[in-house]
Amino acid sequence: MTAVADNTAVTDVVEAQPVAPPSVIRPKRARSITSLWPLPVGFLLILAAWYLLTLRMKPNRRFLLPWPHDVVSKGFLDGEAMGEILASTWLTTKLAVFGLGVSIILGGTVGILMYRFKWYERMTFPYLVALQAVPILAISPLLQIAFGYGFFAKSVVCIIISFFPIPTNLLLGMKSVDRGMLDLFDLHGASWTTKLRKLALPNALPSIFAAFRISAGLSVIGAIVGEQFFQKGDPGLGQRLTQYRTLIEYERLYTCLIMSSLLGIVVFIFFGWLSNRVLRNWHESAQH
Amino acid sequence: MTAPHPGPSGLSLADRSPSLGFHHISMTFPDGTVALQDVSFTVNAGEFVTVVGPSGCGKSTLLRIASGLAQASDGTVSADTGSVGYVFQDATLLPWRTVRSNVELLAELHGLPKAERARKAEDAIAQVGLDGHATKYPKQLSGGMRMRASLARSLVLDPSVFLFDEPFGALDEITRERLNDQLLELFAAKRFASLFITHSIYEAVYLSTRVLVMSARPGRIVGDFAIPFDYPRSPELRFDPAFSELTGHVSAALRGAHR
Ligand SMILES: Nc1ncnc2c1ncn2[C@@H]1O[C@H](COP(=O)(O)OP(=O)(O)O)[C@@H](O)[C@H]1O
Ligand SMILES: [Mg+2]
Repeated sequence: MTAVADNTAVTDVVEAQPVAPPSVIRPKRARSITSLWPLPVGFLLILAAWYLLTLRMKPNRRFLLPWPHDVVSKGFLDGEAMGEILASTWLTTKLAVFGLGVSIILGGTVGILMYRFKWYERMTFPYLVALQAVPILAISPLLQIAFGYGFFAKSVVCIIISFFPIPTNLLLGMKSVDRGMLDLFDLHGASWTTKLRKLALPNALPSIFAAFRISAGLSVIGAIVGEQFFQKGDPGLGQRLTQYRTLIEYERLYTCLIMSSLLGIVVFIFFGWLSNRVLRNWHESAQH
Repeated sequence: MTAPHPGPSGLSLADRSPSLGFHHISMTFPDGTVALQDVSFTVNAGEFVTVVGPSGCGKSTLLRIASGLAQASDGTVSADTGSVGYVFQDATLLPWRTVRSNVELLAELHGLPKAERARKAEDAIAQVGLDGHATKYPKQLSGGMRMRASLARSLVLDPSVFLFDEPFGALDEITRERLNDQLLELFAAKRFASLFITHSIYEAVYLSTRVLVMSARPGRIVGDFAIPFDYPRSPELRFDPAFSELTGHVSAALRGAHR
């Protein structure tokens, strides 16, 4: 039997070509030129809208929405202002990254536990939903009593705000494993951990990455909100926003807002890039 | 590549050691659906038994019971101690793995050493004619190629019993006929015991040594046809008058089964 078995190579048959041609041969340059124009156009439109809005404001109220070029000259190009704003942005970045990291580790654990134990899912899920709906402002005194004013207290706010998408999307992704694939693993006696590692988690990757992208943005918001509650400590963007509003330094305030948007964009792009890298060979969501 | 069952190489149809036996199998689901009723038959080593029947009559359930994925509510199954290959209607390839890595999966689950795994996967990929596609991902393959990868995945374990649940049902006719021929080549070489499910009477008669017809739910065996053509079978067999006569008989039994 052995001899026969090894050379049963069947004549190679020509079949319909693969659905997706390999990404390598895709003309990259042509694509980037045609797809990049919306970026500057969108930017110009927003800039135009800003000028229009400022123009339509009564001159004595114009300080509320200064001209974009004033924001650039008195914010971005002012060495002193930009120095403190950059330092604050760095602090906020560290806070957001820490909060997001904790959300991912904690949320991942909660998600896996919910997948493993139905009772745990039933027990936890309602509170996840509730947590997401909690008005952070209302519980800030509580947080203060429990965690003080420091880095950790701020990061708790950040975690609460960025947590929800992680366990819920992870759970959804793991639960949507194809029935037939589970049968296959069961048929060959795979343990629960094997199914988790080789089936459920890889299957959940696309939804995990979607969650990362959402939570990354939320963690920036969370960090700033946290800083605004707990004004003490080294000033991050949150404290700066409050400070500049009080001092009526709106050019600097808008500089801070733009910096926080940029921060959000950077983390979003990072996770988008990571997602495409990991999923590009097999998932529809990955662009070539 | 040692075959798990003890027969000598080049098993003939005369080899009658039973590989898979159903003894008065009935299946009633918890919701009261009676899917199978008193089904008994055996599949011997070197036999290719195909079951045709109206959809929903319990064919998939029969295979799930044979593989141990489901427990019959009545009756017993006896199965060869060797490993069982199970090919589903969907290729069920893991989309994040390459063809090679998919083909290695079952060997991996059974804890085979890496080198052996790689060698067996290489052999299996060659046997189904997928060499040159080993590093592709499932989404880069056509439906027929995916099915062949799925077949290769089971071949790695050298099963002595093969279960096929409408594996080619979703393919176009030309691809299906090609895969039928490939499957017969593998069968001729390895002589595993096969239990095959299909909707196609032509496919059933072309592949099998024996065709069983099941009635509409609750599924019972209502027809049993021995297919006498020798292997290897050539595609021209499909136009043989004797072939037409047999498909006619099976078709008549199946029509009766629908009532
Ligand atoms: N887990 C289940 N619970 C209840 N009914 C089921 C279950 N699985 C299958 N059935 C029913 O049993 C019958 C036979 O199913 P199946 O074996 O899949 O049929 P088929 O012959 O088309 O493969 C169908 O009517 C189906 O709806
Ligand atoms: Mg079925």
